[in-house]
Amino acid sequence: MLYFTRWKALAVILTAVVVCLFAVPNFFPKEMVERWPKWAQRHVVLGLDLQGGSHILLEVDAAAVRREKLEALRDDVRRVLRDARIGYTGLAVRGNSVEVRIREGANSQQASQKLQELSQPLGGILGASGQRTVDIATDGDLVRLTMTDPAIIERVRQAVEQSIQIIERRVNELGTVEPLIQRQGVDRVLVQVPGLQDPSRLKELLGKTAKLDFRLVDQTTTPEQVQAQGNRPPPESEILFAPQKQGRQPYLIEKRVMVSGGELTDAQPGFDQRSSEPIVSFRFNTAGARKFAQTTQENVGKPFAIVLDNEVISAPVIREPILGGSGQISGSFTVEGANDLAILLRAGALPAPLTIIEERTVGPGLGQDSIEKGKLSSYVGAAMVIVFMFATYGLFGLFANIAVAINVAMIFGVLSLLNATLTLPGIAGIVLTVGIAVDSNVLIYERIREEVRAGRTPINAIDAGFSRALATILDSNITTFIAAAVLFYIGTGPVRGFAVTLGIGILTTVFTAFTLTRLIVAYWVRWRRPQRVPI
Amino acid sequence: MKLLRIVPDDTKFDFMRFRRISFPISALLSIIAISLYFFHGLNFGIDFRGGTLMEVQSKAGDADLAKMRATLGGLGLGEVQLQQFGTPRDVLIRLAEQPGGDAAQQAAVQKVRTALGQDVEYRRVEVVGPRVSGELLSYGVVGLMLAIFAILIYLWFRFEWQFALGAMIANVHDIVLTIGFMSITQVDFDLTSIAALLTILGYSLNDTVVIYDRIREMLRRYKKMSMPDLLNASVNQTLSRSVITHLTVSLALLALLLFGGHAIHSFTATMMFGVVLVGTYTSVFIAAPILIYLGVGTGRDALSAAPERDAKP
Repeated sequence: MLYFTRWKALAVILTAVVVCLFAVPNFFPKEMVERWPKWAQRHVVLGLDLQGGSHILLEVDAAAVRREKLEALRDDVRRVLRDARIGYTGLAVRGNSVEVRIREGANSQQASQKLQELSQPLGGILGASGQRTVDIATDGDLVRLTMTDPAIIERVRQAVEQSIQIIERRVNELGTVEPLIQRQGVDRVLVQVPGLQDPSRLKELLGKTAKLDFRLVDQTTTPEQVQAQGNRPPPESEILFAPQKQGRQPYLIEKRVMVSGGELTDAQPGFDQRSSEPIVSFRFNTAGARKFAQTTQENVGKPFAIVLDNEVISAPVIREPILGGSGQISGSFTVEGANDLAILLRAGALPAPLTIIEERTVGPGLGQDSIEKGKLSSYVGAAMVIVFMFATYGLFGLFANIAVAINVAMIFGVLSLLNATLTLPGIAGIVLTVGIAVDSNVLIYERIREEVRAGRTPINAIDAGFSRALATILDSNITTFIAAAVLFYIGTGPVRGFAVTLGIGILTTVFTAFTLTRLIVAYWVRWRRPQRVPI
Repeated sequence: MKLLRIVPDDTKFDFMRFRRISFPISALLSIIAISLYFFHGLNFGIDFRGGTLMEVQSKAGDADLAKMRATLGGLGLGEVQLQQFGTPRDVLIRLAEQPGGDAAQQAAVQKVRTALGQDVEYRRVEVVGPRVSGELLSYGVVGLMLAIFAILIYLWFRFEWQFALGAMIANVHDIVLTIGFMSITQVDFDLTSIAALLTILGYSLNDTVVIYDRIREMLRRYKKMSMPDLLNASVNQTLSRSVITHLTVSLALLALLLFGGHAIHSFTATMMFGVVLVGTYTSVFIAAPILIYLGVGTGRDALSAAPERDAKP
């Protein structure tokens, strides 16, 4: 156990040195490290609990996705039947299906055949599952079209993908450093933004769908009249309100969308030239510009509503046709409100509303405090352990302390290599590792003491001590490693940080016990040829 | 240099005889811990119960708890708990889960922020919605089970099944007592507590495995020694290591407990209890003697030691 070939010794030392070197970038200022080669830049990332920031878990509203999909299906059914000149009644969404009755005299066989074209194979033409997006069933003159579950799930998946892209654009506009945006499970998105003082604005930006429509105001009757007569607006219109801060004034708005926000190419905050009120100016793409020009041409003198997330931001009267494809929205904005709206419009609308289902925010003050406390407790813990080991084992205690110091440096090296996140519980994991790392040395040294008592010569005792203790060290550390692995799997955030440092700590501990400590003791034995073991 | 010897070289404590006291005590303590869990309960944190936790620090002078309580009590957010946390300037605000789903939780936070305004610094805000809290709880419980199961399988491969079972009984006992401790102290039971429990499980097993390793070695070497004697010898031989290791771990934990700040205070306190107090006791007084009852080495006795057994009264 005590004999190392030159190459083996070199390999051990080289491994330890290289792993330790990976920790180096953590000790230099960021600006300096950025000029180093890419492979040398890997460093430990401070967790949100240490540097401050927000962790926000969002969920895509799957019910809304389903509802929207069903409404689209209903509109498709209407279009198909009209195009085929088939009479129908009672077209409506019921539960998970769209139902329609084919009028007497019309051929319901032909109708269901026509409707069949709305059902596509899932996963495109190559989809081998044989499943389709819509199941069609006829019951006399009643035709029922049901969205299949895989079709809905696929749609939710797409909605999450799109949402991630849009969220990325919105968060990047905040100008924060290294935001993390990640899909979680089927219908969730995790957003982590470090170093944010107040997450209100972020949440505001994430919580808005930002669905912008340009629609006409229905002037056949007034909203007040509709409300007075039992709230039954004309079938092609609906009542929408102005935002809370503008007094929730009701408007009667046509359901038909003249131009949608999807046709915007740009939106910028600015100020109105006459009233110097904050506004958002926008520009349409070619198709949008054409539609906008046509609509404004045909409706000069009529009011026109700008609807954002089902709220009427403003409803100006069209004074003259707008042909240039650009315009402006004014809606008693604050400067920041105009700025945010421009960000939202540029980033695009979310395919479905997002709900915040978990939020964890740590202010920078607490983060800094935690770093200080983590440092202090690590130093104190390490100092106490070092003194204790030296008092108990003397020179060998010193060897153990050297091994533990290298061990900790290696933990930082591996953490850097993995770009792992260091959290406050993670620091606790390292401090605990210091306690545990010395355990491997204690096992070895106690075994050596025993072997000496059993009457072996010093060199024999040391040799036997190592070989017997190492099996135990391996066995006992594997159990802790299993616990750390499970914790890594189930944990999130700070707890996962603890699992990471604990797990890495166990690996480096086993490595140092098996190689470094042995190497140090082996060289000492070869150098001193001890007559008695000094422990 | 004179070295520190905490445990003298050749101890001959009769740990096995002590099992007649330690087993009933452990059984009693376990029953107390389980009844505590059912009748006193755990103080579930927002991770598992849902709701909102805010840590605020008064910007000028000490926080006026009474005034804050009056302000927040009038918001109609149900039960609002306020607690001094660390320095007199720090206050922990807990809101129960608001009825009305995920959006309602966010609305509640906004209300508190508006009510307290700019007088305080928001150091930490955590909001866990109803669905997430349910998932976290089941993850935690499943994780704990999974860890116990995985370790059981590992020990079964490395040792005989009696060892695996013995270690399991010993360590479930640790977990049960620690849960009892959490119930008495009413520390927040959250994800960090699950982390503490898993770590306790890992380290307590670590300790047990070291002793078991020695027992296995002794079983191979001394074919004729009686089981209680063999177990006693094994525990005594590893005693010095057990004590020294637990001292170093305690030193590390003590540093965390004293200087690590209140964010990880309950975590380290639980760990101190579980790893240092319970874990050590269990490996020596439960994990080792239970092997007698699980029938380790009985086959060996029957093969070689029939006359010897007669010789010993």
